Amino acid sequence: MQVTRDFSHYVRAAGAGVQHIDLAVEGVHCAGCMAKIERGLSAIPDVTLARVNLTDRRVALEWKEGTLDPARFIDRLEELGYKAYPYETQSAEATEVAESRFLLRCLGVAAFATMNVMMLSIPVWSGNVSDMLPEQRDFFHWLSALIALPAAAYAGQPFFRSAWRALSNKTTNMDLPISIGVCLALGMSVVETINHSEHAYFDAAIMLLTFLLVGRFLDQNMRRRTRAVAGNLAALKAETAAKFVGPDEISQVPVAAIHPGDVVLLRPGERCAVDGVVIEGRSEIDQSLITGETLYVTAEQDTPVYAGSMNISGTLRVRVSAASEATLLAEISRLLDNALQARSRYMRLADRASRLYAPVVHATALITILGWVIAGATWHDAIVTGVAVLIITCPCALGLAIPTVQTVASGAMFKAGVLLNSGDAIERLAEADHVIFDKTGTLTLPDLEVTNAADIPADVFDLAGRLALSSHHPVAAAVAQAAAAKSPILGAAEEAGQGVRAVVDGVELRLGRPSFCGAEALVADATRFDPEASILAFSRGEEKFILSVRQGLRPDAQAVIAALKARNIGIEILSGDREPAVIAAAHALGVAEWRAGVTPADKIARIEELKQRGAKVLMVGDGMNDAPSLAAAHVSMSPISAAHLSQATADLVFLGRPLAPVVAAIDSARKALHLMRQNLWLAIGYNVLAVPVAISGVVTPLIAAAAMSGSSIVVMLNSLRARSASREIV
Amino acid sequence: MEILVYLVPLALLLGGAGLAAFLWSLRSGQYDDLEGAAWRAIADDDPPPQEVPAKR
Repeated sequence: MQVTRDFSHYVRAAGAGVQHIDLAVEGVHCAGCMAKIERGLSAIPDVTLARVNLTDRRVALEWKEGTLDPARFIDRLEELGYKAYPYETQSAEATEVAESRFLLRCLGVAAFATMNVMMLSIPVWSGNVSDMLPEQRDFFHWLSALIALPAAAYAGQPFFRSAWRALSNKTTNMDLPISIGVCLALGMSVVETINHSEHAYFDAAIMLLTFLLVGRFLDQNMRRRTRAVAGNLAALKAETAAKFVGPDEISQVPVAAIHPGDVVLLRPGERCAVDGVVIEGRSEIDQSLITGETLYVTAEQDTPVYAGSMNISGTLRVRVSAASEATLLAEISRLLDNALQARSRYMRLADRASRLYAPVVHATALITILGWVIAGATWHDAIVTGVAVLIITCPCALGLAIPTVQTVASGAMFKAGVLLNSGDAIERLAEADHVIFDKTGTLTLPDLEVTNAADIPADVFDLAGRLALSSHHPVAAAVAQAAAAKSPILGAAEEAGQGVRAVVDGVELRLGRPSFCGAEALVADATRFDPEASILAFSRGEEKFILSVRQGLRPDAQAVIAALKARNIGIEILSGDREPAVIAAAHALGVAEWRAGVTPADKIARIEELKQRGAKVLMVGDGMNDAPSLAAAHVSMSPISAAHLSQATADLVFLGRPLAPVVAAIDSARKALHLMRQNLWLAIGYNVLAVPVAISGVVTPLIAAAAMSGSSIVVMLNSLRARSASREIV
Repeated sequence: MEILVYLVPLALLLGGAGLAAFLWSLRSGQYDDLEGAAWRAIADDDPPPQEVPAKR
């Protein structure tokens, strides 16, 4: 059977006779890598562009149409020592990039306008106390208006749009008081300038926009960066499938290019990338990523298989079905939709703050105007004072209070190996006081390991590992990895569904099912100790050994559980796996509360029960069966090895083998929430000081500008403290 | 104060030039890879080694 790699799905035309592809590259992190890759790829004839993006860890390549096969670039990168996969820009990411460019453009315009208006304001401020002529002052004011008005109209768009959206949905948000404040300040300044008055607030209005845009841009940039990393990880997982393009010809194509009705080949040791139904073949499959159940399931004709299942022994032909056809998936999607709807009711800290803030501020301004009128001031003076109150209370520091902390905290989490999927996850994670762990793939590692390696003589284990290299079976692969075997034994033959054998120095070696090696007698012993392990036998001549292979607990799972307990967080295990397996894990970790054999609906029911009691649940899970409960929980986390659906649903994704990022993320989030609250209080405290001054009517543009930048800088500096998250986790 | 006649337009012009330069750099993608740009500044800028055409 002939296999080809087909990357045409990722190639796009980039102008006259040039084709373009984006590759996600693993392990690029310095200038050396960048130069090496760019030179290595440019050396290929007909390549017109090879440029590394170090922020996104990607390479953009362009070449003359029809001259090169994209597979060649991947091979070349392999030679250079980098693993690369074609990357397809997700539409969500493309919008984020466009959005962040737009914000940067607005920020640029606002910042340049601020600088120029300030340059005109300072002479006016100093002129007002010395000998400036009224004509000169008016001239400077008109010039400021000339710069500030168009700049504010352009750079204010993100706020005006969002305020308008909120208004048309009959709600309020932080952007509404901002928009009102900016518009009033500018409007009043124009009127004052026409009336040849001393004070105009062009500088304050445009400076406010600049500070707020900085906060907005930081927030956007954080989301863009995590999305880029998550997108790369998805590409590096290389979701491809062997699709039949002819009766005997298969092509390795990306999953995106596979449609319902196609037939794909699933070989032993491969993870299924599509949902479908078996049409030919018989095998055992490992569905632990789907259901949490670690026992293998037999797949034969008409058995449905789901993306994420691992094929163990035989070769299967699978007809791809649309997602909704499979019953398990349909059930999970239904639960997921319900849970997601419920979650959207959570209100962010910023929105809660603004809901209180806007009415209070607007009422204060109104009362100020009325108060001054009653006290005998003219309407003009009263309105000027009222607007000054609005300007001084404009939520400049409030707009920075949360995004700056989020940016700094997400950077700290990123270093600890945690990616944020949603911006408000930090707030919710900080509130979590009860953690529910899934067992399979979350507390345990997704890959298999040999548990009794220490009981076997090293030379025998070594030999078993070398023999295992000749098998495709995932259990054998685990043995080979555990023994760190490098050189396969020559002449080893695999008997499908049985094992591998070879003859070395006249002695026959066998690795495989206990019956294949004649070691049935030893099996009963091994299964008594460890009911969920897969038992593998190895024989050298007459010597027989038993290898017990299973998914091991994450190396630091015990320490993490202890650390969580020390933080007074409730812990329980909810698993779809069988009872003995769950008991063993719960016992090893010292978790008193556990449930085995739970369905997705049961998991949600348990979370609801805890919610009723007022607990804020953090759900940590990886399986597709966990996806609905991930969405139902107050906040959720997934390991990077999780099923697609779960990873997309989870609020946070953690990388690597240790479980420690869970604790690290909780710690950073708690610290961040503390800082956010502190920032909000700082901002409010500043308002409490400034508002009486504004109400009394003595605020000048100079005071407004100083107060605004002062409070913003204090808030930003305070946010930087989120950086020094403590490294000691357990 | 006649000096204002020159200085104010000059200041505006300089500010405008700065803004134009920023927008140009943004459009030409100079902010797309901030980390890489930092490293490129210190990389050797030797031309990539030319592959020697095989002699027949």
